[in-house]
Amino acid sequence: MELYERSAAQLGKMLRAKECSAVEIAQAINDRIVAVEDKVEAYITLAGDQALEQARAVDAKIAAGENLAPLAGIPIGIKDNICTKGVLTTCASKMLYNFEPPYNATVVDKLLKQNIVCTGKLNMDEFAMGSTCENSYFKKTKNPHDLDYVPGGSSGGSAAAVAAGEAVLALGSDTGGSIREPASYCGIVGLKPTYGSVSRYGLVAFASSLDQIGPMGRTVEDVAMLYSAICGHDPMDATSVHRDYPDFASGMKDDLKGITVGIPKEYYGPGVDEEVKKAVMDGAKMLESCGAVLKEISLPSTDYALSAYYIISSAEASSNLARYDGVKYGYRCENFDSLTDMYEKTRSEGFGDEVKRRIMLGTFVLSSGYFDAYYKRAKLLQKQIADEFAQAFKGCDVILTPTSPSTAFKLGECTDDPLKMYAADICTVTVNIAGLPAISLPCGKGANGLPIGMQLIGSKMSEATLLSTAHCYEKAVGGFGPVPKLV
Amino acid sequence: MEYEVVVGLEVHAELSTKTKIYCSCKNSFGSEVNSNCCPVCTGMPGTLPTLNEKVVEYAVRMGHALNCSINRICKQDRKNYFYPDLPKAYQISQFDIPLCEHGYLDVILDEQGNTKRIGVTRIHIEEDAGKLIHEDRFSGSLVDLNRCGVPLIEIVSEPDMRSSAEAKAYLDTIRSILQYLDISDCKMQEGSIRCDVNVSVHPKGSDKFGTRCEMKNVNSFSAAVRAIDYEANRQIELLEAGGTVQQETRRWDDMRGQSYVMRSKEDAQDYRYFPEPDLLTIVLEEEYVKQLKNSIPELPNAKIKRYMTDYALPHFDANLLAENLDKAELFEEAVHIGGCQPKNLSNWILGDISRILNEKNIQLQDTKLTAQKLTDMVKLIEKGTISNTSGKTVIEVIMFEDKSPEKVVKEKNLAQISDTSALDAIVQEVLANNPKPIEDYKKGKTNVLGFLVGQCMKASKGQGNPAILKELIERFIQEA
Repeated sequence: MELYERSAAQLGKMLRAKECSAVEIAQAINDRIVAVEDKVEAYITLAGDQALEQARAVDAKIAAGENLAPLAGIPIGIKDNICTKGVLTTCASKMLYNFEPPYNATVVDKLLKQNIVCTGKLNMDEFAMGSTCENSYFKKTKNPHDLDYVPGGSSGGSAAAVAAGEAVLALGSDTGGSIREPASYCGIVGLKPTYGSVSRYGLVAFASSLDQIGPMGRTVEDVAMLYSAICGHDPMDATSVHRDYPDFASGMKDDLKGITVGIPKEYYGPGVDEEVKKAVMDGAKMLESCGAVLKEISLPSTDYALSAYYIISSAEASSNLARYDGVKYGYRCENFDSLTDMYEKTRSEGFGDEVKRRIMLGTFVLSSGYFDAYYKRAKLLQKQIADEFAQAFKGCDVILTPTSPSTAFKLGECTDDPLKMYAADICTVTVNIAGLPAISLPCGKGANGLPIGMQLIGSKMSEATLLSTAHCYEKAVGGFGPVPKLV
Repeated sequence: MEYEVVVGLEVHAELSTKTKIYCSCKNSFGSEVNSNCCPVCTGMPGTLPTLNEKVVEYAVRMGHALNCSINRICKQDRKNYFYPDLPKAYQISQFDIPLCEHGYLDVILDEQGNTKRIGVTRIHIEEDAGKLIHEDRFSGSLVDLNRCGVPLIEIVSEPDMRSSAEAKAYLDTIRSILQYLDISDCKMQEGSIRCDVNVSVHPKGSDKFGTRCEMKNVNSFSAAVRAIDYEANRQIELLEAGGTVQQETRRWDDMRGQSYVMRSKEDAQDYRYFPEPDLLTIVLEEEYVKQLKNSIPELPNAKIKRYMTDYALPHFDANLLAENLDKAELFEEAVHIGGCQPKNLSNWILGDISRILNEKNIQLQDTKLTAQKLTDMVKLIEKGTISNTSGKTVIEVIMFEDKSPEKVVKEKNLAQISDTSALDAIVQEVLANNPKPIEDYKKGKTNVLGFLVGQCMKASKGQGNPAILKELIERFIQEA
């Protein structure tokens, strides 16, 4: 097995046993990037030299006998909406094509302190708006399982890099499914943590009340390790939660005795492909065989979730993205004859179509005369959806649903049909609206040979249970399959 | 036709907290351009605000001082608009649930201390924006972001004022309360208090208000008076000429003494307020709010009334003393030591002491004057040991040297001469040199006596006891 195919947990053990060096690992990832990146196109900015430097520092620490964090020396890619000091952070937008933040996101500081090796900045849908990664200003990332297909989005670069072995782990961000959906399309594991458990400081905001940074990896254990490394209260983020966080990677159980899995019928409706339903139900049976009890439940407000999500997220986005005005940083149009003209041209030229669509939608729903009919009602619905989940969790420990109604789209399939793309979020948005944690796991393949994902949803701060359940499933199915060859 | 003027005011006061409202930058004025700001207050991508709790404390104290009810659960909202001095393109403010609301302020309007109650609609917290700088050497505008994130409270009044004088009294009282609470520097020239003025007029006797205009860019309280008077006249002239007042926002140009239309009602901006998702709901414990209420000191109006009733000071004196806490404290301490007339203490504080402070451009705490020294000196005057004129010499010394008034009197030989034998010669000489006034006096013009006493005081170098001099003069003239 090549080094780039190994998990973070395995590589960590090898490093400590001195079976390989951090530089060898970093070099293996760099070589893999050289071999497949022109096919996959996962990265916007590569940091190969810096990665080797960081790896050398880790080797020096190992040689000096220093105690290292579990992820020390592990090559990790970072989604390009997470600020990295002095390194381009573009949000895959022309608007920030030249933006180098003078600060690190809190999660980046945390990881650097734990001596991780940063492979570079990963492609995404512009400002995290999209489900295919095709809304990037720079490039279209491909699905490593079939290069004619999208990797999903918006954390498409993160999912593709991890799936292709171009990074061992990656950070993504999830506002309505942006970690889970690409994880599902690319056949990897992605966790959207409880809102408030990972600091948002330095995550370029899309929808502040829904955004959450989370880990993506090829095994549940790896995802648990990365989650442990980034969670925790941050005084720089007023919405981050004070609580004790366990070491998630070491606390995982071996069976699912005492676990009740809720199956909400609303998530298996006519909009979901039959092959997806079947794969997820097979997953349910596998959970049952590990000792879990299955229970049909109902979450009746699910049908309204997509509308509520697009209203709330677009409203917040219209405000969050107003700061890109050409005044202080980023793109500014070349010729203008007044301040208003400069604003209009800068924003017309700097943003892509999907971003503009959402800014217009958000501006509309916040406008005087429409606020009550849209934003206010969406917020009421948000509360109703959250209450329904809270009620459901009185009768079950986790809820099992498909991650996406289908396998990955073909490239270009929804470029002209935004509503079709929005519908792909149907199973994931409720989780963000209710602020819950959820994990996507591979559960088989479709007729086209592309991965299918299933989603486990937990109550707030129940990541330990989620990860434990996911880990049992992974062991029961004998792992999630190899990294595609691509060469 | 006679018209009634209706005025409502929105006062923005910068709070003097150590740090800014949402980041840890120093809250200070006068730093080098764009040197006192950080990624948070300049709204860089990915940064987040965290609320400075001191700002809430200061605002709640102001709320208590203005008799408001405090919303112990309230939120912050985003006010969205584009302008280069607003780097996030939204201002974090409070929309439908302000921290404080439904208050009032009693404003003293006349010499008798009669008051009028002005309603306070609300007080909310918000962040200040940066500043645009225009320089000749540069064709566009430059932006200074140092002021971004400076904490502000906005105090909104009801349209309860009926003249510019009432508005001025309201503004002066607001300022002195801010000073009493020590929550704002109140430096007009640094823009730490600004106000927007709403004016309408209607025929006297009618209970229906006219259409109002809002004036922005009013940068001093005296400018507010000018702006209100100008606007009231403009509207009255418009109505008299058969026109109607349009609801609009106008910009006050204090240099020209005129206002100009900024935007009409149709162009009113839609700020698309919505709850700020990056900040948590503000929740204040009842006990904490009570504690802040108990921390409110005696406020200027109460002080003025107390000085008028307890110490029989005229409104003029009471008002001037209350306007400056240092002076009020000196006065009260001196009164407390006792042994002299409060009015005499007030005269010295508001007279020579204030004059000296002004001349030297210093504060009371920059001097060596104590309440004890002041009462000791006034007692010497009241007992007749020194004259009022000698007091002027004494005060100059005791304000800046560690000497008691008695010592100064001794050193400078200022003791008043009450010994008639010592004063005889002086009186005789003055009378000999002034035959005309003596004639006048004899004809019944007794007011020349003052002139003659003055001449004798002059001749005695201020040391003659004027009462005794007066007695001697009268006796000599009658004996002559």
